[in-house]
Amino acid sequence: MRRIPAGLVVAAFAAVVIGLLPFTLDGYHEGLAARVAIYFIAILGLNILTGYTGQISIGHGAFMAIGGYTTAVMSHYHHTNLVATLPMAFATAFVCGVVVGIPALRFSGVYLALATFALAVSVPQFALKFSKFLGARNGLQTSQTVTHEWLYIVSWTSAAILFLVAWLLLRGRTGRAFRAVRDSELAAVSTGISLPIYKVLAFGVSAAFAGVAGSLFVLATFGFAQPDEFGVLLSLQILIGAAVAGLGSLWGVLAGAVFIGLLPEISSSAPLVGSSHGQDVVFGLIVVAIMLLLPNGVAGLLLRLSRLRARA
Amino acid sequence: MVALARKLDLRDRRLGGGVSLPVLAGIVAACVFLVIGCLTSSIFAQQTVAGLSQGVIYSSLALALVLIYRATEVINFAQGEMAMATTYIAYQLTLWGLSYWAAFFLTLAIAFVFGVVVQVTVIRPIQQSVIAVVIVTIGLFLLIDGLVTWKFGADLKFMAAPFGNSVYHVGTVTFARQDLGTLVVTVVSVVLLWLLFQYTKLGLAMRAAALRPAAAALVGVRVRWMLAIGWGLAAVLGAVAGLMTEPTTFLQPTMMQAVLLYAFAAAVLGGLESPVGAVVGGLAIGIFLNLVGQYVGFATSELRLPIAFAVLLGVLLLKPTGLFGRKTARRV
Repeated sequence: MRRIPAGLVVAAFAAVVIGLLPFTLDGYHEGLAARVAIYFIAILGLNILTGYTGQISIGHGAFMAIGGYTTAVMSHYHHTNLVATLPMAFATAFVCGVVVGIPALRFSGVYLALATFALAVSVPQFALKFSKFLGARNGLQTSQTVTHEWLYIVSWTSAAILFLVAWLLLRGRTGRAFRAVRDSELAAVSTGISLPIYKVLAFGVSAAFAGVAGSLFVLATFGFAQPDEFGVLLSLQILIGAAVAGLGSLWGVLAGAVFIGLLPEISSSAPLVGSSHGQDVVFGLIVVAIMLLLPNGVAGLLLRLSRLRARA
Repeated sequence: MVALARKLDLRDRRLGGGVSLPVLAGIVAACVFLVIGCLTSSIFAQQTVAGLSQGVIYSSLALALVLIYRATEVINFAQGEMAMATTYIAYQLTLWGLSYWAAFFLTLAIAFVFGVVVQVTVIRPIQQSVIAVVIVTIGLFLLIDGLVTWKFGADLKFMAAPFGNSVYHVGTVTFARQDLGTLVVTVVSVVLLWLLFQYTKLGLAMRAAALRPAAAALVGVRVRWMLAIGWGLAAVLGAVAGLMTEPTTFLQPTMMQAVLLYAFAAAVLGGLESPVGAVVGGLAIGIFLNLVGQYVGFATSELRLPIAFAVLLGVLLLKPTGLFGRKTARRV
């Protein structure tokens, strides 16, 4: 009998749990769980770019904003069905990712980090500049709003589909090319991999994932696309989530999403912390601690555990 | 040790790094343009001086980033928040009855210790991985921001104006004393730092540790401590930037965030490795933004940041290593 890979078992288990959760959760917690799915998608996208292709991005909040505003604009002005706006957000963000990815070919390392950071800062400003069309600081609202349950189902379904897409993309030829680019650009080129094509592709796909996440993010905030919601902090949170999850592996992504999705919630109800600024303190402390103790994130921890098991 | 360290340091003698002729010509042309503009229009002159005084703040924070980047090739995203926190320390000291300038110098000393402690406790263990350092500094960003907001609240606080509120009139042009004071303080601190690096044994050891860590260690430089001292000095520069920002933005936890972004832009514009580049980059961005804001109708305040970054991206696409950066050749 062939051994079933442990990862598949975990994934199936997670799928069952997520499928059953709506029966036990009230609306508020369904909303929270949907938020986890949204972060899951965004972290997945960032992981394709940073973890697999080695291009750091601190600007994924910008792509989320692009996806989110796509949904808001389509729904507000054209009354498009909300589910139908998700593929549109995917496509728009993909195009934007490719457009950003082409100049990004000239940067690497810290320069790329700063350039994408600039993106995270700049994009929300455009909502303020073109305030008539995009609704300024108050935001632009979709023509319909959704229930927590709707949001839960749609966001976890999207998460599952996109996880499958990511897995299929990364396990084959494309994934190998991405990893080759990350590990040694020179070696990749000399085996016939086109650096520009794969780097830009990674940027596009990664941005597209973030776009879908942003679109769901807007639906989760009562259909409001607001520039402040898509600020620098969001980009930082996603990067932190990806680092907690562990870069270059898909198995920790859920842990990273749970971390950034639920930690503010848990820490605000903790007795010692209380105030909302206490949250930042706890968040920052845990991030620093995790990087010091688990430099490869949860995925690294899982890998170490499975090696221990194999040895035993 | 000194002789050997000096040899290691030879590569760095040309202070500007690899400043090329077109860049030099461009800078000279820009200066000529500014001088002519200032002589013909008093509004232009006023905006230029205001831009200069903001520019030196960007320069000093950019210099702090460059100090750390040169030594360890990482960017400290918490640099601005560290600066903000030290400014709050100065505020607390004045509340306890110290005069502004006593608090100022005491704060610089505290900032130095703060920087060293941060490097030794959380950066040193993970400094091998660039992405880990980036994420830890982001964690510090949140941590410091949260702690300060927790302790002092998010509302505006006010310190005594260090230079008073008077203005000078030169012909038809009005200069705020505050702007000139900022200019002087920042320039003096940058010059002192330059003297430290260029003419002291400690500075020499630090440069050697940054450029050739292995070789520096062999000739007896304590590289690890040099890196920690680098973080300390960066924090001091940050504190100066924070204290000089305070009179215009007043004390609030977010006061340094925009400044940090302009400092990023300045540092990258100058080439990230070049101290001279950081200073020139900061001044250029400060003046440019003020002039564009004055004369270009489309460039409203919401677009200040995007414009700064658009310019930055434009420069980088033409010259990916910044204005003063060297081309690096890598052996494979």
